[in-house]
Amino acid sequence: MSALRIAGLRKSFGGLHVTRDVNLDIEAGERRLIIGPNGAGKTTLFNQITGELTPDSGTIHLLGQDITTVPSRRRAHLGMARTYQIITLFPNDSISHNVCLALLGLSPLRWNPFIDMKRQGHIVEDAKVALKQVGLDAIAERPLAQTSYGERRRVEIAMALAQKPKVLLLDEPFAGLSIDERRDVHKCLMAIPRDVTMVMIEHNMDVALEFAERITLLHFGEVIVEGTRSDVVNDPRTREVYLGH
Amino acid sequence: MTLRLVTLAIALVALVTVPFWMPGDYYVNVASQILFYGIFALGLNILAGYAGLVSLGHAGLLGISAYATGYMLQQGFGHPVAIVTALATGMVAMAIYAVLSLRTTGIGFIMITLALGEIIWGLAYRWISITGGDNGINVHTRPHPFGIPLDSPNAFYYTTLVVFLIALGTVTIFVRSPLGAALMGTRDQPRRMNALGYHVWGIRFWACMFSGLLTAVAGILFVYYNQFISPQAVDLTASAEVLLMVIAGGAGSLFGPIVGAALVVIVKSVVSAYITRWNMLLGVIFVGIVIFMPEGLVPGSVRLWKYMFRKTPPKDAAAAEAKP
Repeated sequence: MSALRIAGLRKSFGGLHVTRDVNLDIEAGERRLIIGPNGAGKTTLFNQITGELTPDSGTIHLLGQDITTVPSRRRAHLGMARTYQIITLFPNDSISHNVCLALLGLSPLRWNPFIDMKRQGHIVEDAKVALKQVGLDAIAERPLAQTSYGERRRVEIAMALAQKPKVLLLDEPFAGLSIDERRDVHKCLMAIPRDVTMVMIEHNMDVALEFAERITLLHFGEVIVEGTRSDVVNDPRTREVYLGH
Repeated sequence: MTLRLVTLAIALVALVTVPFWMPGDYYVNVASQILFYGIFALGLNILAGYAGLVSLGHAGLLGISAYATGYMLQQGFGHPVAIVTALATGMVAMAIYAVLSLRTTGIGFIMITLALGEIIWGLAYRWISITGGDNGINVHTRPHPFGIPLDSPNAFYYTTLVVFLIALGTVTIFVRSPLGAALMGTRDQPRRMNALGYHVWGIRFWACMFSGLLTAVAGILFVYYNQFISPQAVDLTASAEVLLMVIAGGAGSLFGPIVGAALVVIVKSVVSAYITRWNMLLGVIFVGIVIFMPEGLVPGSVRLWKYMFRKTPPKDAAAAEAKP
């Protein structure tokens, strides 16, 4: 069964067509890489998948359920999680608190105004488990303001993983990382179990190609090449619009 | 932690013994004012501090519950009915206020709340059959809870203190709760909170309702204290004044709004007896706070304390520690 199926998706801002009849069929457990030059509409496509933008037409199915008109926040409850190209965390709080917020987002406890959040042992424990997955459990209580850029990237991934998603969307998770940090994040991603379907936007082809099983190339909002790693890399259109000669 | 508890214990003892060490009834009344303005500022702080939604119409909400109390008493109802009606009216007004103003955030939110506050002021001024217009409404009696008359300054002070402590305790519980954490999350990263599964609008709405409840309580205490309510109490100046209390004390801190309320009330009611141009003094104090402690008096003092006693490592050391 498809984990994520997109059919005939269109979006335009005035006269600018940012998504043109995009069709994607991503199998459960698949690792899909989405590439394309700047302005190709990759992040806009992600924003439509997560519901932050409403498509003009087309449908989006998550695990067989039509979620095209489902509000963004409900999609998280249905098993979708994402990370952002520009790190979007809570800078005044600790690493652990950031992950606790992610966990609470799917819990009915989030509406509770009476209990002490720090005394919710199961939430704190689950946060530690998620942080262990990305190798940050030792500095869980460190304020986010005192962490490196690479550690923040891993906090983003930990927050997404804490929600136990079925489909994980990663928007340029290697952007701005040093070689060491890239290696750490790569290790985290490769350790994510197969029951999580992953879709990643990435420009760093060294790490991205290692990750991807299938690749989709977007150009001016349109899918122009799709296939296995070798199919896409060897396709002359990929070289022309993205990889260069 | 121990220092914090000791400080709180000293503050509590000082509050409980106010009528014994204050030089006279006037100053006990000033203390009562600080407490109910403190509740009002705590209510606004839920929005301005914890939700990042700056309201410039909160005096209007305070006025609605105050007018409701006065009107019900004027119509011959008893104090319990007047108080319950005032709370209910205040909450309904806040719900309408929230639905209208939460359509936007930032400058838009400020402008909508400003406009709503002005509408309430206009109604208070012109809807003479209900509000008494410019003449306002007089409240001739105070309640007698458990048979204790609140006519004396001391009795009114202790009642206000009990209500204040309940309000402070409620806010303390709220900000430590998951809903409180979620509210602060919507302030810092609303887009992220939405993606994490939070209903951002719903969280803000409930924050408004909580803020409205505290404001309504403050409104009831206000009208019983002054035994009078007029359009002057709901105008823009009054809304700006409570916002200044929050900002001066420290928006988003638990005790900041109370310290801010104390500062404004003391300058208005005590210092003004010695300095004719007390408004200018208040302005100078605010400018000083903004320059030297932009985060507000309470967080600024905590920062200074930590700096003086080296609890916070210098910036370079913190940066070095952060490096892997």
